[in-house]
Amino acid sequence: MVARHFFDRGLEELHLELIKMGSMVEESIENSILALKKQDISLAKKVFKNDDIIDELERKIERICLNLIATQQPLAKDLRTISTALKIITDMERIADHSADISEITIRMANEKYIKPLIDLPKMAELAKNMVNKSIDAYIKQDVDLAQAVCDSDDDVDSLFSKITLELINLMKNNPETVEQAIDLMLIAKYLERMADHATNIGEWVVFNVTGEHEHLAKHIFMQGLDDAPEASDHD
Amino acid sequence: MNSSELKIYTHNLELFYGDAQALKNININIDEKKVTALIGPSGCGKSTFLKTLNRMNDLIPNVKITGDVYFDGLNVYKEYDIVELRKKVGMVFQKPNPFPMSVYDNVAYGPRIHGIKSKSKLDEIVEKSLVNSALWDEVKDRLKKNALGLSGGQQQRLCIARVLAVEPEVVLMDEPTSALDPISTLKIEDLMDQLKEKYTIVIVTHNMQQAGRISDKTAFFLHGEIVEYDFTEKIFSNPTDKRTEDYITGRFG
Repeated sequence: MVARHFFDRGLEELHLELIKMGSMVEESIENSILALKKQDISLAKKVFKNDDIIDELERKIERICLNLIATQQPLAKDLRTISTALKIITDMERIADHSADISEITIRMANEKYIKPLIDLPKMAELAKNMVNKSIDAYIKQDVDLAQAVCDSDDDVDSLFSKITLELINLMKNNPETVEQAIDLMLIAKYLERMADHATNIGEWVVFNVTGEHEHLAKHIFMQGLDDAPEASDHD
Repeated sequence: MNSSELKIYTHNLELFYGDAQALKNININIDEKKVTALIGPSGCGKSTFLKTLNRMNDLIPNVKITGDVYFDGLNVYKEYDIVELRKKVGMVFQKPNPFPMSVYDNVAYGPRIHGIKSKSKLDEIVEKSLVNSALWDEVKDRLKKNALGLSGGQQQRLCIARVLAVEPEVVLMDEPTSALDPISTLKIEDLMDQLKEKYTIVIVTHNMQQAGRISDKTAFFLHGEIVEYDFTEKIFSNPTDKRTEDYITGRFG
């Protein structure tokens, strides 16, 4: 282990910032869903603030990556580690954006009585949060199995999404007055489902980082009960 | 691989300096009109290997070579006259080594040795070689000036022109840019890219980025053996052997 002092120090800094960004993203998901549940406007506003800090962290990590590429000319695994970091921060930032999107709806609905108790949405949020946590952990530890586990969890999120969709459709059919709020809740479910997709992307990048192969690892399940067509792939 | 595209190949090539084995069981196919880079830590045998291709090791005492090197299907050590071989397999060294004579005479030196006397023919060869080595525009007004007055980068391109003047088929380069500044280095690298339309190039380099930029295939040498030989993109993005990975990412040395 010689001559890598600068590079290893740079990698360490990169990892610390990624962990920081990851935990802030998790916090955003948690706060956005808590604010939704409690109809808490000030907590929802905190999610916006968090989003700005996450954007700054993304810039900072970008800068670390570009500096490492410019000054250290990383190759092979090192090059993959840096490019993986550059890719996953985009996914992380999107997840935080979706938390902010949810908070925006929360603020809009803050004075309305919910048309249904929120049970599955918090479950989806919890799953998405865990996926983000595990995907960053998998990156730091270079753990392919953990990354694969993240991708597998996407199925659970997708089935909750189908379930919520069906439930909301029925509510709307039975009582057209619920349509407005049902659409908002539908959007929230979609945002949460997208978060899980982004976490899955991170998992796929971690596998690429370790193996050099980039594959789509999430299984696509059918929208149970809606129709028999496979769900359109949301993974870019 | 189609054997007609193979310019050079070796079979169980081994080389000893006295008792010390410098090359072990080298089997490599070098493609025609491609750039092949040889990388590896100092003392790994890459320069020694390069020199076996035009028998530059013949002059070193106590060298023993076993196995075979084939060039255009003929055995380099058994079926070639050494003058004929070196005309076809030219070499450019680490330090530019122009002869202490004019730019023109440096380039005309080889063709004259090979018997060309006509002034107009020599003029033509000198111009063509200097154009092909991307030096013509810089020296066309001072062909009669001493070559030692050129810059390092110009001297190296002059040495390349000198090699091209005898119309070789293969150009061996032993760290041709390690003594040059970045701009001269880029000029030589651009040149290699043009040269491979006509010539087969084998280059030893310590500069990973250079190997990545210019070569089609890369061979990683370690302790006299070829650890990995593959397309350059593969070697530098996802090498198969852990020793290659460790070397190119600076984990030993």
